[in-house]
Amino acid sequence: MVARVQAAPFDLAAELAGFGAGAGAQVTFTGIVRDDSGRMAALEIEHYPGMTEAALTAHGLEAARRFGLIDWRIVHRHGRLEVGAQIMMVATAARHRRAAFEAADYLMDWLKSRAPFWKREIGHDGSAHWVEAKASDEAALDRW
Amino acid sequence: MTVDVLYFAWLRERIGQPSERVETEAATVRELVAELAARDAWHAAAFADMTAVRCAVDQELADLDAPLAGAREVAFFPPMTGG
Repeated sequence: MVARVQAAPFDLAAELAGFGAGAGAQVTFTGIVRDDSGRMAALEIEHYPGMTEAALTAHGLEAARRFGLIDWRIVHRHGRLEVGAQIMMVATAARHRRAAFEAADYLMDWLKSRAPFWKREIGHDGSAHWVEAKASDEAALDRW
Repeated sequence: MTVDVLYFAWLRERIGQPSERVETEAATVRELVAELAARDAWHAAAFADMTAVRCAVDQELADLDAPLAGAREVAFFPPMTGG
């Protein structure tokens, strides 16, 4: 039951060592910086120190209650992240797989539009522009 | 009352600073926005389209009609793009 915001990369194996003892199912999701345009060099991720950690923790606890999780972990990076780098991870552990999958999906839908992070795309030419929120990400929350 | 106002992402860039301490008697976030927007052209530009602005009061997401009584920190930012 850990939420962390950090600049440094994370080691998935180390994050999962001892995670979810007693669970019958573990689901992990890792987000990777992707270049759809062919012009992007990196993402810069800004966040709201203090609020971010508190919001991630509150939502992890909410997911645990709602889906009966045995354990959960959220790690989100900030700062400059090159294409191909890890952005974030979510891990959930439950007695059965459906709860673990659903809780991970729920946490990701929430993170996309309710956690205080903002992405800026940095081009190979040094250009920078803020990523706009997608209506589809907002709509995804309605599923829950 | 004294409130720390924080700006993130393009609001921070448009206003030209990450935070400022303001003296205000605003009763709601909406009233505070009106006071801030009247300060100068940069603030006015940042708050020109409030459909593109989200807000948190004392680090909890809030809407424009949220009361400010007792608030110490108000943040303004664009819709979030995490994950």
